[in-house]
Amino acid sequence: MNDMTPTSAERAEKLEGMGCKRKRVEDVRFVQGRGNYVDDLKLPGMLYGDFTRSPYAHARIKRIDTSKAKAVPGVLAVLTAADLKPLGLHYMPTLAGDVQAVLAEEKVLFQNQEVAFVVANERYAAADGAELVEVEYESLPVVIDPFRAMAPDAPVLREDLAGKTEGVHGARKHHNHVFNWQIGDRAATDAAFNKAEVAIKELISYQRVHPCPLETCQCVASFDKIKGELTLWGTFQAPHVIRTVASLISKIPEHKIHVIAPDIGGGFGNKVGAYSGYICAIVASIVTGRPVKWVEDRIENLSATAFARDYHMTTEIAATKDGKVTGLRVYTLADHGAFDACADPSKWPAGFFNIVTGSYDFPTAHVEVDGIYTNKAPGGVAYRCSFRVTEAAYCIERAMDILAQKLGMDPAELRMKNLIRREQFPYTSALGWEYDSGDYHTALNKAMDTVGYKALRDEQKTKQEAFRRGETRDLMGIGVIFFTEIVGAGPSRNCDILGIAMFDSAEIRIHPTGSVIARLGTKSQGQGHETTYAQIIATELGLKADNITVEEGNTDTAPYGLGTYGSRSTPVSGAATAMAARKIKAKAQMIAAHLLEVHDDDLEWDVDRFTVKGNPERFKTMTELAWAAYHGVPPGMEPGLEAVSYYDPPNMTYPFGAYICVVDVDVDTGMTKIRRFYALDDCGTRINPMIIEGQIHGGLTEAFAIAMGQEIRYDEIGNVMTASLMDYFLPTAVETPHWETDWTTTPSPHHPIGAKGVGESPNVGGVPCFANAVNDAFGFLGSTHIAMPHDQWRTWTVAENLGLHA
Amino acid sequence: MIPGSFAYHRPSSVQEAVALLADLGTEARALAGGHSLIPMMKLRLAAPDNLVDLAGIKELKSIRADGGDIVIGAMTTQHEVLASDLLTQKIPILRETALQIADPQVRYAGTLGGNVANGDPGNDMPAVMLCLGAAYQVTGKSGERRIAAREFYQGAYFTALEPGEILTAIRIRVPATGHGYGYEKLKRKIGDYATAAAAVVLTMTGGTVASCSIGLTNVAETPLWAEAAANILVGSSLNAATVKRAVAAAEAITAPATDSRGPAIYRTKMAGVMLARALAHARSRAS
Repeated sequence: MNDMTPTSAERAEKLEGMGCKRKRVEDVRFVQGRGNYVDDLKLPGMLYGDFTRSPYAHARIKRIDTSKAKAVPGVLAVLTAADLKPLGLHYMPTLAGDVQAVLAEEKVLFQNQEVAFVVANERYAAADGAELVEVEYESLPVVIDPFRAMAPDAPVLREDLAGKTEGVHGARKHHNHVFNWQIGDRAATDAAFNKAEVAIKELISYQRVHPCPLETCQCVASFDKIKGELTLWGTFQAPHVIRTVASLISKIPEHKIHVIAPDIGGGFGNKVGAYSGYICAIVASIVTGRPVKWVEDRIENLSATAFARDYHMTTEIAATKDGKVTGLRVYTLADHGAFDACADPSKWPAGFFNIVTGSYDFPTAHVEVDGIYTNKAPGGVAYRCSFRVTEAAYCIERAMDILAQKLGMDPAELRMKNLIRREQFPYTSALGWEYDSGDYHTALNKAMDTVGYKALRDEQKTKQEAFRRGETRDLMGIGVIFFTEIVGAGPSRNCDILGIAMFDSAEIRIHPTGSVIARLGTKSQGQGHETTYAQIIATELGLKADNITVEEGNTDTAPYGLGTYGSRSTPVSGAATAMAARKIKAKAQMIAAHLLEVHDDDLEWDVDRFTVKGNPERFKTMTELAWAAYHGVPPGMEPGLEAVSYYDPPNMTYPFGAYICVVDVDVDTGMTKIRRFYALDDCGTRINPMIIEGQIHGGLTEAFAIAMGQEIRYDEIGNVMTASLMDYFLPTAVETPHWETDWTTTPSPHHPIGAKGVGESPNVGGVPCFANAVNDAFGFLGSTHIAMPHDQWRTWTVAENLGLHA
Repeated sequence: MIPGSFAYHRPSSVQEAVALLADLGTEARALAGGHSLIPMMKLRLAAPDNLVDLAGIKELKSIRADGGDIVIGAMTTQHEVLASDLLTQKIPILRETALQIADPQVRYAGTLGGNVANGDPGNDMPAVMLCLGAAYQVTGKSGERRIAAREFYQGAYFTALEPGEILTAIRIRVPATGHGYGYEKLKRKIGDYATAAAAVVLTMTGGTVASCSIGLTNVAETPLWAEAAANILVGSSLNAATVKRAVAAAEAITAPATDSRGPAIYRTKMAGVMLARALAHARSRAS
């Protein structure tokens, strides 16, 4: 080698592989307005669908008259349940083992439920037609308050389930009951409480919210009568599952269904399940023989597609006087709305809520969840979190603060005392999870040192004294949390969706010139997969990331996968990517040995090439080997250089983090100002630090929105009061605080590249951190728990009830 | 979010607009910046058969001094209010208010005339006009007339405008040199209507209030002119006890709705807090 030969480090840097702050390749088209979204699709002869929806939350349908709608010029068809019923399509299966009405037949069960689907040759005509469908309703008593759903005299909501005493998750104990789910050791937990020196109990409610992606749910269905084939473009986080479900429902063979998810403008769990619009567009396309587009508006998105949370968690912690936790008991009432359309792995009706012991070494715990029906929209999706993990994190992090208050202990000190210690990993929790790796004390210490925790507490004390003297009307609150996520669903032994194991996949094909196409079973909705998967391959194979195309979302070309949600893309498909690359590398090594006339074992890998051990001037680069794979393979070896991997993860991954928030509260208006927010995340190996930072900014912003204002609220007769962005809080850049991000790195021991996933951590950790900060501001005045969202009037009301306005 | 069908008209003079509105009758609506009417149409809460767009009428876009008054054409956008040196110098509360209306994109399209004429109690400018004692110039088939802002608002979306009349200009007496002013608005986020807001214009003489006028936004079916509260303050030094009495008097005339911004009692109390803050701000600016 002469002096001009780049060093290994220089060559590695040029690859822009793992650890590189590589710019997002997809942004080139996004920032120029050249993305290709569903609503950009315009096909010849395309028709438009629009729904007539119920104004009532609970009513019997006496009569539907579509004649006036059909008379609107341009309207071609109006579908009702009567049209779908002969096809067996008036109900569709949900991911949770329930059924959901596609179009309401005898009853409507939530406001804005779909009643009729109007198809027209023009979008405006469809809307005119939808307005003219006449439906005669007889209103029925509603169930809105989840705590009254199982009263003996509560109205019967699901008449279609009459006499069905067994649900998919066991016995139903009331006509509005969905399931009962229990986990943990009840006897041991009760015993821990019986001898507890200190115990706390609080009803901790996590309000109903909505993921509210900027792009709403939409699709275009095009049925080719000649070929008998259906093409469905849509906003699908899990396109392969949609294809399988579409085949099972429609009886169209799966190979004749082509599902394509183009660019997606945010999902956050909202775009995992199937909606009536998809079914109706498909049926309408089959009926008319023309492509049919359905695009919901913001009100429809917020009021009729999948909500999140609505968990009401009665939480108890037992502890010793000096603050060692000895038991956790949680009873949760889960409001699932009118149909159980939760998107959880099938065996987990409450998702992974049993991560509720959090980051703490609880010797015993017990969790019980009752799912119930109410007259609200169905859903229960994981809004930027793994399944029910943000509910669990909010529950335990609030409860730990309440315990600290009762003990008179600093909440950070209480956490330090109970965090799982580094040497305990892999750690099996009292509720059955095996945490893969962690170094919690290091993370919390770093967070506290960085923000100057002690000085903040001193400042708070000074301010509290000034407040008591009447010198200020501001209260200062400090929120501290430590969260553990559980992501990367999941191992086939305990995770499936409708019987399909939750593996994921990657297929990598190296072209003769050394450029690459990789296709995956996941689907980016903004996560930056085109950038990050290429970085994994770049590092694994020594090929430049810029020469690697990443494709997802076309079920004809991509290998089967379960999709993107629950921070599963990096833990599962990222692992598949590394494993497929390693298969390619193994073949390349054999080709290199053949070309260099040495034994395979005499070669070693150096960034982008195989070199002969002890003779580094003899080498073959991966680019050379790619060319050779197409004309110079060893005798008996198949030409070509490609591989596919279906990865069944051995365990979940457990990202964690320590967050600290400082808030100032104006007690006279209830206005809050987030003065400071520090987020330390440990997601294991970091693939692209810039994308991680962006993910954390986005997740914290959503967490801020949830904690400080988001709520899907119903009035007493079931009218949804927050169905537009006027009242559903979506913060702008003006309201959004400044974020400080930081990290530690504790790789996952079982993941091929040690990565854990990060997209959802900031939502999981962020929500309780804001909530704890607001609670902490009022804690010294005797307040123990303030329910979310912490918007202005609620915060003012806390001050009012504490007598601060007298 | 798809409106019903309608015919679109774009007259180029006030006379033409008035004639169109008269011919088309009650199924026609005048369109200014469109930030209230168009969303209502998209929700099909409004379904006019005809829209008469005033954007093509040049004479409605002007800001000019007229003796001791300033006359602002109805189609002047909020952005143009912000950009006007004359208004910034002479009636600075208009700039302070306009900056708190929605966001720059909305302010490029939303007009002062539309804001005050629509009768939406959530709009910010009406209370400021009550506070300033502005007069609205209106034109209809039967000619021109002038209506005091303080007599204009009769209920939510219900004003003294007769069918077929359009508001053409707003005439404001320039407040005394050295006056103090403040518009304090509590809102949940950028783009939101006020939970409560208060407009104050006052003059001070030797440490006591010589004159004072107060307007309140979004705490009743109409914007409110808090005359009694202002009268309490005249002659005072704005000491805490007097301000407290004035705040109580202002709160007493509010009748807000309970909505997602909070219960009625909260919004009433916020009207009081905003008033106290606007008074303090105004006082600090008065010379």
